[in-house]
Amino acid sequence: MASKKIAILSGKGGTGKTLISVNLAAAEGNSYYVDCDVEEPNGHLFFKPQIIKKKNIFVKIPNINNTLCNGCRDCVNFCKFNALAYGKQVIVFEEVCHSCGGCMLVCPTQAITEKDKLIGVIEEGISGKVNTITGIMNTGEVSGVPIIKELLSIIKNAIGLIFIDCPPGSACVVMESVKDADYCILVTEPSVFGAHNLDMVYQLVSLFGKKCGVVLNKCEAGYNPSEDFCTKNNIEILAKIPFDKNLCSLNSNGKVAVRENYVNKDLFYSLLNKVKENIK
Amino acid sequence: MKQLLIISGKGGTGKTTVAGAFIKLLQARAYADCDVDAPNLHLIVNHSGKAEKKEYHGLPKAHIAANLCIKCGLCEQNCRFDAIHHGQSFYIDDYACEGCGVCQYVCPASAISLREKTAGELMLYKNNSVFSTAQLKMGNGTSGMLVSEVKKQMKDAAAKDVTIAIIDGSPGIGCPVIASLSGVDLALIVTEPSISGISDLIRMIKTARQLGTAIAVCINKYDTNLKNTNTIEKYCSDNKIAFVGKIPYDKNAITAINDGKSIVDVDCPAANAIKKVFNNTLIIKEL
Repeated sequence: MASKKIAILSGKGGTGKTLISVNLAAAEGNSYYVDCDVEEPNGHLFFKPQIIKKKNIFVKIPNINNTLCNGCRDCVNFCKFNALAYGKQVIVFEEVCHSCGGCMLVCPTQAITEKDKLIGVIEEGISGKVNTITGIMNTGEVSGVPIIKELLSIIKNAIGLIFIDCPPGSACVVMESVKDADYCILVTEPSVFGAHNLDMVYQLVSLFGKKCGVVLNKCEAGYNPSEDFCTKNNIEILAKIPFDKNLCSLNSNGKVAVRENYVNKDLFYSLLNKVKENIK
Repeated sequence: MKQLLIISGKGGTGKTTVAGAFIKLLQARAYADCDVDAPNLHLIVNHSGKAEKKEYHGLPKAHIAANLCIKCGLCEQNCRFDAIHHGQSFYIDDYACEGCGVCQYVCPASAISLREKTAGELMLYKNNSVFSTAQLKMGNGTSGMLVSEVKKQMKDAAAKDVTIAIIDGSPGIGCPVIASLSGVDLALIVTEPSISGISDLIRMIKTARQLGTAIAVCINKYDTNLKNTNTIEKYCSDNKIAFVGKIPYDKNAITAINDGKSIVDVDCPAANAIKKVFNNTLIIKEL
């Protein structure tokens, strides 16, 4: 069986990306759940996986040898990110360094080498039949992109369905997570905020020519601006999940709905079938 | 001018609803939306009139002049961002390029230059109040720099006698959040009583503490899980974090948003609770 990557994204935060990703992976059984929301990863709180492998993620930052440095400031002038300054010697501002390696290249006296800086960890685990892969960025770090890149390279040779839980928004971290996807599920809620941000991620996935469908979460009686948006733009609605106190309570307690005695769990199974139909 | 930032760690806890209410209650004369990759505040605050618009560039991106390129491949080998590829000719992936300039430096044929590219748009509304907002272009990085610009244009345009500015933040704890936190006097964290909310709250608090920003916490939709609400309240008191109140789950919140109103424009339980949160926040000494 070939592998298929399904990215779950939303634009707006808190619409239910993790709820959908976790339940689809659990409903499928033998599958992968990949948490690319490395700033605030939450899928592991539901799966409570048994961790089988941990990998520290490092980036390269400059290491200055002050005895070799001749004070020419070429490195300071080259750095576009203002990560270097010169006082009595070269000072490195690690948190704004983008690890481009430019300073090392321009140094005429080979006074700059690189050293590793830990920015986070990737935990691989297992929960039931689901393989979980979680990226966790250290607090205080600026960019989780190197962790996301590593997450996506880990699943390159995976087999079966791979559910990718994306970060909110539509910036570089989201794009990185969506780039390799075979299909995108856009999760939204029945508010103008939800619809506005759905519009944005819809543009993003369209820009990359990805096939997609929408899950309307937290549905209640009355006007649903997100549903309106789908109808107007002819986007397939994959599922409507009602606002439901039981689901809300399972979710807030970190329970996987399809693994519990939840009356509406068919919703997730039929969503899974629809998605499988669409990626055939 | 003091600056109050509303953030959350986890998305969808109600940052913008709280920010919109605070702007109304304070009759704020300076406010900003720093959630530049999914801005929503403009949907519920008054901002009549035309915005002053400004293009945002971020860092310039590399460009390869095909007629000068000798196809040596040095640029591709030295790029750390997988931003240079080749088929028949070498080309730059604009989304991956971070504008570091390494390719330009290593190119023996001077075929590479760095060019300004639009990465977003800044908007500034000036009436009796100043509202600064922006939209990052799809898939772009450097959102932290844009956040700094949003705050700067608010500060520059605000009247001298404005006492408090309200800033709506973005979810997460990375680049745009760190840029939002920089220089603010107090960050009010809006959380929710779910396992995810708690985990994200703790990571948010850690981040704010690393940056030395004063914080306060409130819980939205507190009655959806009373056990977790207690856990959060206890965590705050154990860690000496100012706890400024609890807001109940209230269907009026969504109705208000969909009507383009602030929640405090509607007489409802959530509005009453937010008023208390507002009063408790304003007496915190950092403001």
